[in-house]
Order: sequence, then C-alpha cells, then structure tokens
Amino acid sequence: MNTICIMCPMGCPLTITETESGIKVEGNTCKRGEIYGKQEYTCPQRVVTSLVATDDGRVVSVKTSGLVDKDKIFDILKVLKGITVKTPVATGDCIIANVCDSGADIVATSSL
Amino acid sequence: MRYDVAIIGGGPAGMAAALSAREKGATVAIFERDVRLGGILNQCIHNGFGLHYFKEELTGPEYAKRFRDKVEATEGIDIFLEAMVLDINPQEKTITFVNPEKGFTTLSVGAIVLAMGCRERTAGAINMTGSRPAGIYTAGMAQRLSNINGYMVGKKIVILGSGDIGLIMARRMTFEGAEVKMVLELMPYSAGLKRNIVQCLDDYGIPLKFSYTVTRVIGKNRVEGLYIAPVDENRRPILEKEEFVECDTLLLSVGLIPENDLVNDKGIQFSPITSGAIVDEHRQTCVEGVFACGNVLHVHDLVDNVSEEGTIAGASAADYAMGKLSMGNKIPVLAKDGVRYALPHYIYEGEDKVRVYFRVGQVYKNATLIATSGGEKVFSKKYMILAPGEMGFVLLDKSKLKESVTLSLEV
Repeated sequence: MNTICIMCPMGCPLTITETESGIKVEGNTCKRGEIYGKQEYTCPQRVVTSLVATDDGRVVSVKTSGLVDKDKIFDILKVLKGITVKTPVATGDCIIANVCDSGADIVATSSL
Repeated sequence: MRYDVAIIGGGPAGMAAALSAREKGATVAIFERDVRLGGILNQCIHNGFGLHYFKEELTGPEYAKRFRDKVEATEGIDIFLEAMVLDINPQEKTITFVNPEKGFTTLSVGAIVLAMGCRERTAGAINMTGSRPAGIYTAGMAQRLSNINGYMVGKKIVILGSGDIGLIMARRMTFEGAEVKMVLELMPYSAGLKRNIVQCLDDYGIPLKFSYTVTRVIGKNRVEGLYIAPVDENRRPILEKEEFVECDTLLLSVGLIPENDLVNDKGIQFSPITSGAIVDEHRQTCVEGVFACGNVLHVHDLVDNVSEEGTIAGASAADYAMGKLSMGNKIPVLAKDGVRYALPHYIYEGEDKVRVYFRVGQVYKNATLIATSGGEKVFSKKYMILAPGEMGFVLLDKSKLKESVTLSLEV
C-alpha cells in the first residue's frame, strides 16, 4: 500500500508491505511515520463530521464521538441521510448511540 | 454608554480580544454582523480545531462555543448582533453602526480592535475567462450554503485551488452525494495541509492536478463544463493541451484577503505582503489606540494562533484605553531570503522575550531560520521542512536586540 504520512508537513511517501517478520513501513523519516503507516495499513480510522436534517427544515452539524473504521464512513453517512432530529438540539446531544456498530456515537456539534 | 474597547467582528479573534480586554478591567462592546458570535467557525463543521489551544480536537462550531459561552457569561461585555459597522474614525475613536435594536448609532470609545476577518478571492479577482452562468461559488460560500443553510450547491463539481477550504469542501460535497471530479492547483504544490490532501482527497479517490488551471467556463444559465489546461513555469496555460471537463459547479479556493474596507484610506498603514495593517508587538496599528488581530491582520492557517493574537490585541487595547500601554523605542522586524513576512513589524526595547511569527514563500527542506541583529546571530533553528501553508514562530530575547532584527533562511 502507498500513502502519504500526515504527521507533519514533510509528507513522506510511505510504502507499506506485509512481510514474514511483520508489517514493514518504508519511506518514512521518523518514528511517527512508522506508527502512522502501520495504523493506516491495519485499520485506518477517521472522525466523521456531517449534517443531519432537523424537524423544522434546517440542518445541524454532527460528528462521531471518536474514531471509526474508515470503511464504515459511507454506511454512517447513509444512516445520517435517513434521519430527522427534533429541535431544540444542543451541542453534545447524542443523536444516535453506537452508530453502525462502530463503537462511536453521533453527537451534535452545534445548537439549534 | 461609553465603552473602553470596541471590537469589530465577533469571530475567534474578536471573542478572544473581548475576553482579554475585559480581564484587564475594560468595558467592552463587540459588533458582529451575523446573528450569533463565532464567525467562520460556525460553518467549519469538520474537526481539527484547537489541538494547540485546548489540547483536544474540536469541530469549528465547538471551538466557537467555548469562547462564545465565556463571552456571553462575562459581565461588562456587551454584544451587538446583526450589527454592521458602517464607519470608524480611527483618530477620534468613534464607531458608526446600524443594527435592528439600536438603529443608526455613533459611539465614542477608548480603543478599537479590528477583527473583521478575511474575504475570499472570487472569479473576478482571478480574471476567470468564459461565461458567467450560475454554479460558480467560492468554496467558503458553498460551505456556508451547505453547512448553515442546508442547500446542495451542485452534483458534478470541479474545485480550483487546493487551499484548505477547497480540500475540506471536496470531502464535504462527496459526503453529501456529489461527484467531485478533480481539484486543480495552479502551483506545483498545495497550500493546504498534508492531512487534508490525504483525508479529503486521497481517501475518496479525488484527483489533485498540480500546475493546472481553468481556462474557460462554459454554460449559459448553469455551468455545463470547463476547459482546463496545464500551465508552464510562468503559470501561463498551455492552450494546445486544453481539455473539456463536464460539470455543473465550479468551486474556487484561490486565496483569502484581509477585509480592511472599513479602514482603507483612514491613515492606517498596510503591508503589501499581508494586505493587513502594519503593527507593533501589541498588535497596535500606526494609529495609536487602533489594534488588529486575526485574519484581518494576516491570514492564518490555525485558529489557535488567531485566538492567541486576539488575546494580545484585546489586552493591549484595554491597557491603552486606561492609559497603561507601555511603548518606548521601536525595533523594526524585517524579513528577507525566503522569509515572506514576519509579524509583528515592530517590537519594543526591553528585557523580556517576544514571539515573532513568520511565513516562508515556498517549500524549503533542511533550512535554517536565522534572526540577526546588529550583525550578530540572535536565534537559529533548523527545520526539516518549512511550507508556505504553515506559519511558524521564533522566541526572541529582547535584551540581545539592537536597532533592528532580520529573519532570514539559510538553505
């Protein structure tokens, strides 16, 4: 797998391969790049931020309460497209618990 | 009511300035043209804010709320919302504004903090050729329409410019179901953060074409497509290689300009490089009692730095209004050899230490940043990488400075 390290502006081009002795990261200039490369290879995760419709025709911003597996992003977005939340809604309100079995909740990041 | 400090703009810079001015004992008024405090943060629903300031990763609205809650709960700070400041007189320290509650009002104040933020460059600003149909937006405008108003701006999108807002919008529009066909960048490198290139483009297979631009917009009522072409080393399009890309929307992320319209031709000196005011270490402009902070002073990449700058400007404005601002002999701060600018432009003689922020003109690897004063090196630091998109700072010991100090790069 090829990717770019995002730990600093250097942006080292990483090549990550699986060898008999474990996962090998090449192209990095520092230890942080190796850790990042291994994480991206084994289980890339992201915080998802998006919008949810409200019952009064507006949108409220939301996020996952923590990192979720990258391959679940579009499943989560699909769930968010299908729901409407009741106003008033406040920052920190839990909208969906354990969304798509990701281990993270969908929480509001603004108030309406 | 006479306020000690008037702050124009209720975004991150203005809110931080209000809190620090009040902490110093000044009475404060904030003038904000939107319906709530928070500025551009309210529409930046992605995360990544506050890592330096709060030591945690917040979304824009959450970062704004931390400050807004404090400002609203602080007695002695009056907030004027939907308030458009129409005129200021920097010398007389008067402010004329209009809002639904007070109507057309002129106030006399002790000090003024400029915190109006910046504005996006538009299709006109970059002399875009072709027709002018619907479907051309600046990236920030599209962000507002999407994230605040809940409108979808288009279905097949091309983004010109790889600044952070453009990259963030590529992911945002993908999440909303649009097809983001490509991001074009005139320069051979991106002004955006690596993290955004990876997590907003690469994650979703959106191509980023360097040294490319839009040569013509096609469409009568709505954008129907664009002609794009690579550019030569002088950034001129190579028209023989022009090709057509079908799309219904063009987003522009082609630079930000401090929004200083209110104070142009008012005796304040501006830097041709930052397009913001020339300031001393208190963030005071050449007109005494008028301060500037945040993106109206110079465009920042991190809101954390904006909050810090707002804190300095607000506290200094309070000191000025109460006759306690210490000044003295000025030491000019100069920039050369790869350092595009350094800020503040002047520091005062003294014994303490002062932070000087800088930005470089292009990408440098293994470069050493040097500060020299009176022919001697007073600071030196080696960097593995320095990029125009990431502001840095040096901590200078004032007691070592003579006459002037110059920041430069040794490559």
